[in-house]
Amino acid sequence: MKFGVLVFPGSNCDQDTFHVLSAVAGQPVTFLWHESSSLEDCDAIIVPGGFAYGDYLRTGAIAHFSPIMQSVKRFAASGGLVLGICNGFQILTESGLLPGALMRNAGLKYVCRQLFIRVETADSPFTQQTHMGDVLKVPIGHMEGNYFCDDATLQQLEQQQRIAFRYCEPDGAITPAANPNGSRSNIAGVLNEGRNVLGMMPHPDRSSELLLGSKDGRRIFDSMIAALTARV
Amino acid sequence: MSPATSSAIPEPAAISPDLLAQHSLTREEYQRILTALGRTPSLTELGIYSVMWSEHCSYKSSRVHLKRLPTESARVVQGPGENAGIIDVGDGWACAFKIESHNHPSYIEPFQGAATGVGGILRDIFTMGARPLAVMDSLRFGPIAATGGARPDLIHKNQTIVEGVVSGIAGYGNCFGVPNLGGETRFEPCYSGNPLVNAFALGLVRKDEIFYAKASGIGNPVLYVGAKTGRDGIHGATMASEEFHEGSEQKRPNVQVGDPFMEKLLLEACLEAMQTGAIVGIQDMGAAGLTSSSCEMGARGGVGLEMELDRVPQRETGMTAYEMMLSESQERMLLVADKSRVDELLQVFARWGLDAVVVGHVIAEPRLRVLHQGKLVADIPNASLTDEAPRYQRPIGIWKSSAPEQAPAAIHAALEQPRDHAADLRALLRSANICSKRWVHEQYDTMVQTNTVQGPGGAAGVMRIKPRDGAKTQRGLAMALDGNGRWCWLDPRLGAAHAVAEAARKVACTGAVPVAATNCLNFGNPEKPEIMAQLSQAIDGLAEACRTLGTPITGGNVSLYNETRGEAIYPTPVVGVVGVFDDVSINVPASFLAAGHKILLLTPPPPVASHATAELGSSEFAKVVLDTIWGKPPHLNLAAEAQLHQALAALAGAKLLHSARPVSDGGLAVALSEACFENGVGARAELHKAHSPDPASWLLFGEDASRVVVSCDAASITAIRAVAEQHGLAVVELGETGGETLTLTLGGDVVVSESLASLRQLWSDALPAALANTFHLEPSIAGGE
Repeated sequence: MKFGVLVFPGSNCDQDTFHVLSAVAGQPVTFLWHESSSLEDCDAIIVPGGFAYGDYLRTGAIAHFSPIMQSVKRFAASGGLVLGICNGFQILTESGLLPGALMRNAGLKYVCRQLFIRVETADSPFTQQTHMGDVLKVPIGHMEGNYFCDDATLQQLEQQQRIAFRYCEPDGAITPAANPNGSRSNIAGVLNEGRNVLGMMPHPDRSSELLLGSKDGRRIFDSMIAALTARV
Repeated sequence: MSPATSSAIPEPAAISPDLLAQHSLTREEYQRILTALGRTPSLTELGIYSVMWSEHCSYKSSRVHLKRLPTESARVVQGPGENAGIIDVGDGWACAFKIESHNHPSYIEPFQGAATGVGGILRDIFTMGARPLAVMDSLRFGPIAATGGARPDLIHKNQTIVEGVVSGIAGYGNCFGVPNLGGETRFEPCYSGNPLVNAFALGLVRKDEIFYAKASGIGNPVLYVGAKTGRDGIHGATMASEEFHEGSEQKRPNVQVGDPFMEKLLLEACLEAMQTGAIVGIQDMGAAGLTSSSCEMGARGGVGLEMELDRVPQRETGMTAYEMMLSESQERMLLVADKSRVDELLQVFARWGLDAVVVGHVIAEPRLRVLHQGKLVADIPNASLTDEAPRYQRPIGIWKSSAPEQAPAAIHAALEQPRDHAADLRALLRSANICSKRWVHEQYDTMVQTNTVQGPGGAAGVMRIKPRDGAKTQRGLAMALDGNGRWCWLDPRLGAAHAVAEAARKVACTGAVPVAATNCLNFGNPEKPEIMAQLSQAIDGLAEACRTLGTPITGGNVSLYNETRGEAIYPTPVVGVVGVFDDVSINVPASFLAAGHKILLLTPPPPVASHATAELGSSEFAKVVLDTIWGKPPHLNLAAEAQLHQALAALAGAKLLHSARPVSDGGLAVALSEACFENGVGARAELHKAHSPDPASWLLFGEDASRVVVSCDAASITAIRAVAEQHGLAVVELGETGGETLTLTLGGDVVVSESLASLRQLWSDALPAALANTFHLEPSIAGGE
């Protein structure tokens, strides 16, 4: 089993994700450079947070044309696991791997805070080590995390249980006050139709060690590891 | 670069008094240039002298005084004189850190001014081979709430500056990918026309992989790397060395424009290039750009650099040599490479998509030689620009603030009357200097790099150092900033000593051992003898405190001429202190964790009482509640302070504390309130009325130094007392945590009993509410009621 972490110019969380997977979870990990088109036989791909290509033009808009993303699209189409975190989520929506778009936060400012998300489905390789309704303490840090999709898409996401996480109160209640960025229906993360691609704004990479305030994010990586182990 | 062209003499400029004035050079300074060159300078040379001899680059007014600061200890690897100071933090790790000001640009163009301030200090850190681990800022603004008859247009301008500065810092640091751990933000009327933006950065480097800004190896090529050179920031350093007056806004073109994405690429590319071993010396192009980086690297190495400007990557056409040498375009580096290995470096920079061009080479003569379009345009001895730049022993006058020494009679009367202490506490909690700064730091990415153990809002920032291969314990670092301009205005020496003591105390509260400091000296016009008196006395205070507390100064920055229309700011030395943990898991948070813990006060005995009323006059209580300033800052016993820091480290190491928070602005009542807020844990505390002649307000809101509020298990009290006793400290049992109220009693009488939720709301909402209140822009509404 091997994880690949994409590196674009401006990927600030590539090393954070690498650290969690290798030092904390003890898994083999490799960096994948944006100009390469080889995924080097990785079994799962992480599109990390940061400011790929400086977020110029629009977040994720340039990254989606990079050689490595063409390979990631093929990998996803064949059922490979792809997790996009923060800027990675933005890149996945721009690439068409996930529905919807991430707009400027409703408050118009960058928001960094520790918050809570509720697991909306445990039926995915990313959440199988959690239970529906579990509350995870996972921080956010972004300027464009305001998830938007049209009514038909929202209905489809709900029907197919593809909303992975919603922003919530510490007790799990979904309230407007718990929504940090104006996301539609408090959406913090969504799955693709094949359930093998997840995009989420909160950072599990920043919440996988108790020393940093929470290790709830670890459950997402552990789910992926368990799913990949089962596949082998 | 043929010998034929370089032997010519640069074309002399037509020197006139006007030309010298435009370059902020005095007649005496011009005479020194003539002596150094032995001929009339060219226009390019005049520009080069002008920036290098500016106050900002040469420290000409402060240098003779800075020599009094302690700069050495067993941990110091690099003291002042390099791009940043470096200390040994154990296990082969070293920490590079420095603070720098970007005050003037932030007034003229708040977003870019603040952003490029962050960019500049980050380059200073990674130039030394260190990956930036965290930043912090000390910010000073004019009032943002329309009270006390303040002019609405001024309030609005201040609000705009706050918005711009904070989003500039956020925009740059977030994109670059360095966590911002907060710092401090204060408001005083004196900063209205002159905000202060001091950025403090800290980075990690292996002790045997440090890089220096020193050229060597005759014939080695000089590489220019990074952003192209444009016309922005020309004479930025000179602007930063002048007072502001009407029309200073027209200096906007002197402010540089930042590109944090470019800086991120530069960081990764430089660190990767350093790993090749092909770099001999490297320096960023900060103030005075190409000029300072080239002559300083030459001077440190005792060699010279010859550069051909036609090769410099340019963003605009038709740039003159003068413009290129003085441009302060951001995100640029100059480095000297091993001549046999240039290609390796060029490959690394190409991979990151950066311009990297050989622009010159190292020469034996210790001179800066610049060629442009086949002509020699500058040929200057390095030393005349650096070590032999003018140094002034400026006249030192007498400084005495206009505040009365004793409390006015009306104040005495007011303090002796029964007061509504709860109302006073509420007023303090929502006051600008004490209220929550969450609005500021929530805009910063505080967690990227996954090392943040304690982010903004606590006593100090705490980071872990990710262990290398298999090491079990994680080492850590703590950092904090402090500076109290009002105290320095009342007594520069004592106020400056307090800045060191409080920054170190914040670090010590986390359980880290404070080991080194950096300072940013923000003052007015040094040509005024009373300002020089402030500066000199403040340096004496810093020196004494740093010596006693074991925190040598390893570098920093001096920002003078902080005056607008003749009005100087409060003398504002800002101090950043770095602390180390051998094991970061012992770190102590600043807030109460849970109900049922005992609350204690650690304090040097006996509590100072004799000057209570005089010292209350320098407090936030005096300013906010009584609207009057008098007296002196609190007494400071530095030896007791040092003992306190040692005791805190011992207590944290023995895991006896649940929380520790310094008593600071607003005194004990505010410290207790703030300790309750984060986790919503209430408290009940008795403030022993041991000093009956003193006003109750002093017990609640007095800002006596060297005191820390801690919480612990009841079973730990005996052990805590033993440690405190060893360090000559007293332990006062104040009360217990729990409940949903904050209740303070004085000699058994309840003086404050407030719902925690309502106090917290006042404290959290104050800053965003003040910034949102723009009613003054619509006089019809403001005057309508």
